Amino acid sequence: MLQVENLTVYYQTLKGQVRALENASFTLADGEIMGLAGESGCGKTTLGHSLIHLSPPMTHIGGRVLLNGQELPLTDMQKMDAYRFNEISIIPQYAMNALNPIRKIGPMTEELLRAKKADVRTVMAALKDRLEMVKLPQEVLNLYPIELSGGMKQRMVMVLSTLLDPELLIADEITSALDVASQKAVAEMLVEFRNQHCCNSVIFITHDISILYQIADSILIMYAGQLAEKGSTETIIRNPRHPYTRMLISALPEIGVRYSEKRLTGIPGKTPLLLHPPQGCRFRERCPLAFEKCAEVPPFVEIEPGHSVACWKEGSADA
Amino acid sequence: MKALKQKNEFLYFALRNRKLQIGLGVILFFVLLAAFGPLLTDYEPFDYVNPTGPVPPSSKFWLGTTFFGQDVFTQVVMGLRATFLIAILGGGIATLVGMLLGFLAGYRGGILDEIINVLTNIVLVIPTMAVLLIIAAYLQVRSLAMESILIGLTAWPWAARAIRAQTFSLRTRDFVDMARMSGESAFKIIFSEIAPNMMSYLVMTFILQFGGAILNAATLDFIGLGPTNAISLGLIMQYSMMWGALQFGMWWWFVPPGLAITLIVGALYSMNVGLDEVFNPKLREM
Amino acid sequence: MRKYFGRKLVIYLLTFFLAVTIDWLIPRFMPGDPVANMLARVSVNSTAASVMQEYYTHLFGLDLPLWQQYLNFWANLLRGDLGISAYLFPKPVTQVLMNAIPYDVALLLPAILLSWLAGNNFGAVAARSKWLDNTVSPIGYILTATPYMWLGILLAWFFGIILDVFPIAGAYSFSLSPTLSWKFIGDVLLHWFLPFFSLFMVQFGGWAIGMRNMIIYELEADYSHYLEALGAPRSLIRRYAFNNAVLPQLSGLALQLGVIVAGALVTEVVFSYPGIGYLLLAAIQNQDYFLIQGCFLFIIIGVLLANFVIDIVYVLVDPRTRRGMTGEAA
Repeated sequence: MLQVENLTVYYQTLKGQVRALENASFTLADGEIMGLAGESGCGKTTLGHSLIHLSPPMTHIGGRVLLNGQELPLTDMQKMDAYRFNEISIIPQYAMNALNPIRKIGPMTEELLRAKKADVRTVMAALKDRLEMVKLPQEVLNLYPIELSGGMKQRMVMVLSTLLDPELLIADEITSALDVASQKAVAEMLVEFRNQHCCNSVIFITHDISILYQIADSILIMYAGQLAEKGSTETIIRNPRHPYTRMLISALPEIGVRYSEKRLTGIPGKTPLLLHPPQGCRFRERCPLAFEKCAEVPPFVEIEPGHSVACWKEGSADA
Repeated sequence: MKALKQKNEFLYFALRNRKLQIGLGVILFFVLLAAFGPLLTDYEPFDYVNPTGPVPPSSKFWLGTTFFGQDVFTQVVMGLRATFLIAILGGGIATLVGMLLGFLAGYRGGILDEIINVLTNIVLVIPTMAVLLIIAAYLQVRSLAMESILIGLTAWPWAARAIRAQTFSLRTRDFVDMARMSGESAFKIIFSEIAPNMMSYLVMTFILQFGGAILNAATLDFIGLGPTNAISLGLIMQYSMMWGALQFGMWWWFVPPGLAITLIVGALYSMNVGLDEVFNPKLREM
Repeated sequence: MRKYFGRKLVIYLLTFFLAVTIDWLIPRFMPGDPVANMLARVSVNSTAASVMQEYYTHLFGLDLPLWQQYLNFWANLLRGDLGISAYLFPKPVTQVLMNAIPYDVALLLPAILLSWLAGNNFGAVAARSKWLDNTVSPIGYILTATPYMWLGILLAWFFGIILDVFPIAGAYSFSLSPTLSWKFIGDVLLHWFLPFFSLFMVQFGGWAIGMRNMIIYELEADYSHYLEALGAPRSLIRRYAFNNAVLPQLSGLALQLGVIVAGALVTEVVFSYPGIGYLLLAAIQNQDYFLIQGCFLFIIIGVLLANFVIDIVYVLVDPRTRRGMTGEAA
């Protein structure tokens, strides 16, 4: 189980601090696939990365993260290495370029495992089964990355990242670069990985809510560095409470009926710059329901079991 | 509005970049020396001003005199002028030819690209200095301008290659497509849409060509193929070697010209790294 | 792979063809008649003049059509006949150059290889620490900015004149005659060291900076970030970055060959080292045009050969050229 408590991460730039992630608190149950969605620049990638590789210019401002009750040494690069790959792993956004171009995939994997002091022989044997799961031929181990197609590389990285059966897998925009058919296949493979216990919990970062409807158990919506709403997938799609989530969902045509390529763009207004974000609720300026109270930051409160919202209207209406 | 803001940002970083400051400072010093140095001296570069022959630096002869009693300071100052002339002309020609071929190949593509590519590869592989020296050797009278043109016409390949690659990646961008669809001519698109978008790149190319031309000219001069009717930093070094400056320990004859070249070219490199940091936010030091 | 080499070979053949054509064209069409001037100069020695005149007429005989002259030039060339040196009459140019080549190889080969290896390793180390980087980079930039001859002159002055520990002229002492004795070998090495070292240092600076920049670039590459995210040890990430950065450094070496050779020419002039550069200076001062033309061709051939060797090495170290070109890919 993953517990994130008041996690705050800023980017240090020459112009000042970019407040990319503010006071994030949520939990992720064992085996849960949580979709993390929001517009680009809302802090979802910052949140994902700060859980595994919190390096400059990212700066840890406050809060903590517990994995199975143990606090992660987020800011200690060396100590954190023990968790990386073993306990927490990532399928990066740039999966297409994530493999060393001048090393064959098999030997590269072995080198990495040896460097991580893993049981190379057992894991390499397991690797063969994993390749089958993602429908990659065994021969890929004897190839260089350029000899694989983009989709094959993506699946290879998926296998590689989950080789040590991590407790938490962060999948960062892994479907964004793919065509609709491959998106579905990759998403389903990820679910299969979870079902086969190749990884425990998954944070699936995307800006495409429709894919989450297919695979996610729960969805966390972020806006401008703040958490907006978290609930089960059904709840978020059928009964969203945060005005931002509602606008997002209504912008998606025929949700759940078929795939939509429509992205989260159909909302009027601009996301605020996080260098000098507005006080209080950051959605205030685009929100049709905004009132005086919104000048204060709304707390992220549970309005019903497993459903939390950060909105003064919603929180007070139900309380 | 956005472009203006960006320009200000570049200027902000440019003015605060140490490498750029140092590089510009050194170049400025030598440019001023080349421009006003001749006013500081009463001698002509080839005049035998000291009847006793070579003397070390003194208040009368700031950098001493040559084996024949010529004033080294005057020669260096005049040589600096030659150096800057060759650098601007030679570096300019190389950059222009490189731009022209690079833009054409990258923008047009197809068979033209293939031809230019083969030509570029040939000139890239051929040792430039060898070509320069065989041409220079057969010229009975060699002027600075001639030397610059020769250097410029043999130094363009890598610039052409780099600019081609940049153009190639730019030509499929939206704003270029827009211009093309609105029926603008290729020439206009290249110079109003593509070139401004790689200005930083072009500036840095010119700086490197500028430095390359200086080093090439020095080599040519030193091997005896320098201008026949002028003085240059390379020629001063060649004369000093020819007339035994080493054996007689006349260090003031060969140290200043080489030092000037090293400092100028080093300053250019420093500027280049500095500009790279200014234009490339990733490289800026935090 | 065949396609890769095929393409390269075409370029090299074209280059060679172009070089020979320039070699033929320039004396033929330059204003004035420099070759006639040269012949007039040697006419003091009447046998020399007549031999040279004969060769010259054979090649450039105005009674023959141009294409015939051009073909004759190629025919002579392929027989290894580059004419007779005026300055070292009656030695054939080819023989004069053959005697000089060993000195060039002895200078260039170690200087190029060692500076490349040392520079790359040093640059990789420099990229590792801020402190080292801040001291090494400026020195590297100054070294690459130094004209080859000037560093040579400074070294000769400091070690040869002031300290008087190294000889500064020739390939061996005049008092010795070439024998296979320790004394002679030691003498040759002593004469060899300064020109070698001066060539080495200028290149070393360039390679160190190049590698430092490439490594920093590679450490920012996606595959490096991925390994970091997976908590791979720094040593593995650096090793991968180095292996990737070496490739552009190798193509860089091919591109630099011409500049390095030019550097060797002037270095030989400084140290009166009897390679092609030294010959060239003498040829220019004596207006020995056949010798100049021969030097030109030899330099071109040498650079082309070296380029070809680098191509082979590149294929050996970069799997992508090997696999991508052969169509072995799935």
